[in-house]
Amino acid sequence: MAMTFARLSMTAAALLLGTMAAAEDLGDPKRGSRLYQECRSCHDVGRNAKNKVGPHLNELFGRPAASVKGFKYSRSLKRQAAGGLEWHVDTLHTFLENPRQMASGTRMSYRGMKAQQDRADLLAYLRQFSDNPANIPEADPTASAVDHDLAPEIPALKGDPDYGEYLSGECTTCHQAAGSDEGIPSIVLWPEDDFVIAMHAYKSKKRAHPVMQMVAGRLGDEEIAALAAYFGALELE
Amino acid sequence: MKLNRRLFLGTSAAVAATLSAPMVRADGHGKPRVVVIGGGAGGATAARYIAKDSKGAVDVTLVEPTRTYYTCFFSNLYLGGFKSIDDIGHTYGNLAAAGVNVVHDWAVGVDRDAKTVSLAGGATLSYDKLVLSPGIDFVDGAVPGWDLSAQNAMPHAYKAGSQTELLKAQLAAMPEGGTFAMIAPPNPYRCPPGPYERVSMVAHFLKANNPTAKIIVADPKPKFSKMALFQEGWANHYEGMIDWIGEEFGGGEVSVDPAAMTVTIDGEETKVDVCNVIPAMKAGRIADIAGVTDGNWAPVNAADMSTKADADIYVLGDASQQGDMPKSGFSANSQAKVCANAVRGALTGSKVFPARFSNTCWSLIDTNDGVKVGATYEATPEKIAKVDGFISKTGESSDVRKATYEESEGWYAGITADMFG
Ligand SMILES: Cc1cc2nc3c(=O)[nH]c(=O)nc-3n(C[C@H](O)[C@H](O)[C@H](O)COP(=O)(O)OP(=O)(O)OC[C@H]3O[C@@H](n4cnc5c(N)ncnc54)[C@H](O)[C@@H]3O)c2cc1C
Ligand code: HEC
Ligand code: HEC
Repeated sequence: MAMTFARLSMTAAALLLGTMAAAEDLGDPKRGSRLYQECRSCHDVGRNAKNKVGPHLNELFGRPAASVKGFKYSRSLKRQAAGGLEWHVDTLHTFLENPRQMASGTRMSYRGMKAQQDRADLLAYLRQFSDNPANIPEADPTASAVDHDLAPEIPALKGDPDYGEYLSGECTTCHQAAGSDEGIPSIVLWPEDDFVIAMHAYKSKKRAHPVMQMVAGRLGDEEIAALAAYFGALELE
Repeated sequence: MKLNRRLFLGTSAAVAATLSAPMVRADGHGKPRVVVIGGGAGGATAARYIAKDSKGAVDVTLVEPTRTYYTCFFSNLYLGGFKSIDDIGHTYGNLAAAGVNVVHDWAVGVDRDAKTVSLAGGATLSYDKLVLSPGIDFVDGAVPGWDLSAQNAMPHAYKAGSQTELLKAQLAAMPEGGTFAMIAPPNPYRCPPGPYERVSMVAHFLKANNPTAKIIVADPKPKFSKMALFQEGWANHYEGMIDWIGEEFGGGEVSVDPAAMTVTIDGEETKVDVCNVIPAMKAGRIADIAGVTDGNWAPVNAADMSTKADADIYVLGDASQQGDMPKSGFSANSQAKVCANAVRGALTGSKVFPARFSNTCWSLIDTNDGVKVGATYEATPEKIAKVDGFISKTGESSDVRKATYEESEGWYAGITADMFG
């Protein structure tokens, strides 16, 4: 009896919290529809939406990444999808802030939308096209608590390639120094910025892969910069 | 941690200082010399990294009896039919090309005062630093009724190569509805998930070729690595085929009779068709001969893998007693790079960076059903200590499991390239 009561009141509390969060954080869909101009040239949304340069964005919320039939996605986004990436408010924030943060080799050539409020408004707009609201699980966080901005000085750090060479020993057990790409992606000869952004995305758990979260989790900014410098300049045999 | 790092850098600087006085050698040979015994996951990596990073400033000799090294990792996939024996064989040509002197012989003696290693073929090698990575040998009498002379009747297949091929041939020759027995080892042993990945691969083979056959596992342990994941996988893929008898049901009370092909578990004798005996393990014998073991294993300092017994002898991989890392190929490779950095620093004065270790072990349960467990580690004054870790979850989607398997294939290509060049 006491059990049932406790459970009931928990559910009620969760519902209440859910609606409060939604009211507070969902953003303004009207403003979002204007911001959608930045996407329109590549993405259709709404009735009869078709794939264009990018896939259509209907039923986006709760949808596994890279899952629209007939659209040819990049390998990079497909790999994230194989690792379990789904589109929810938090993952969309990360992706839209800077698509390469989520998938380094994405075909979406879009710089990113930097302001958190802009993204929240845009997402509020896009949510209207996930036409069955039950699609949006109650427990889905409607706003992301994390601050997505990488401090501007981080990508600018100059790495020490000698230190990078030593640290790289931890990576080459999996990532072949010769740059082969089977099963595990190649990380040699990348632009240093992309490399740093990808590593920080694992470190802050915006990218989901558990091995890389662990590996990146104990690297400091300087160490990541050193690795970026070393792998970025590696000469292939 | 801070204190430890400072101490460590301090000692290596001190070593470098003593070396800046020119060293005179009896034979007038100018370069410092490193001898590495054992060309497996630890030894091949160490030899390659010392030679490569010192750019010829250090003379590196690798002693390894076999011309083709068959990796234990992925040898279970060979049993399951996912790999051929050639897929897991590697030769030493690229190491030789990278400047490592590869000597195909057994090391049979170590004279720590003269700093020499003697080889079965009669040669003697002198060293400034000696690296041992001899892998494992078996503890005598660990499974009553079994000793090495019985390894053809009841293979261990825990050193890969002809033993693995023999086990596979026996598996293929099993009569319809026959019984495959495994005697699992007590802790600590090489590759904690290895026996259970093997059970999975044997079951995969039998399901396709001999579906009424049975597998029994006698295990002296109450639980094992990735147990929940394996048991979930066995229930999903091989229902009713695998009987795991753990410690509480007498899995540790085992004897075998290789002539009669019987196994007695907790007093009950069973006739079996194949019996894979994986006995308790200890460091490869040469570590004992060198006098650097204490009990079954060789205790080492976490900061650089040097032995507690002799600062000029390092022990890597399975043979070492280092703390929290599991005995795996990944661990041996990781330890080898820390050791190589320290050895090179000590001999040439190059910069020594603080030790960092990591490990990930993948296991295949069935086609495209891969799981993994991993962790990172740091050197403390006492041991290699675990920092952080992860493990696959039960109930993961088949996409995630497939991606995990593909990752393990990428890792295999990566680590073998890292070992052999
Ligand atoms: C079935 C199985 C599956 C496994 N799967 C995995 C896995 O998926 N992932 C993983 O990371 N690890 C795995 N392992 C564990 C891995 O194989 C070992 O931990 C690893 O090989 C240890 O490296 P090592 O250098 O200590 O020894 P080894 O790789 O065994 O190398 C030792 C070498 O020393 C040589 N040697 C020995 N004595 C002498 C001497 N006196 N003179 C000269 N040479 C000598 C031997 O010939 C041998 O080549 C598995 C093991 C098994 C048995
Ligand atoms: C220059 C064209 C372009 C622009 C502009 C663009 N996208 Fe994309 N978008 C793409 C492409 C191409 C892909 C497929 C990416 C891949 O395969 O790596 C994509 C993928 C996506 C995905 C993942 C879809 C899925 O099925 O996994 C989302 C979500 C997305 N875009 C949203 C947006 C939003 C919102 C905007 C506007 C802020 C935007 N995009 C702007 C081209 C674009
Ligand atoms: C245990 C194996 C393993 C180790 C060790 C490892 N990685 Fe990775 N790494 C992976 C896998 C698997 C992926 C793909 C992850 C994903 O899908 O997000 C990956 C992805 C990456 C990516 C992103 C690639 C892309 O195309 O988006 C970078 C960058 C990277 N790793 C860098 C490193 C660095 C630097 C190290 C060493 C400090 C390292 N990795 C160590 C397995 C490993």
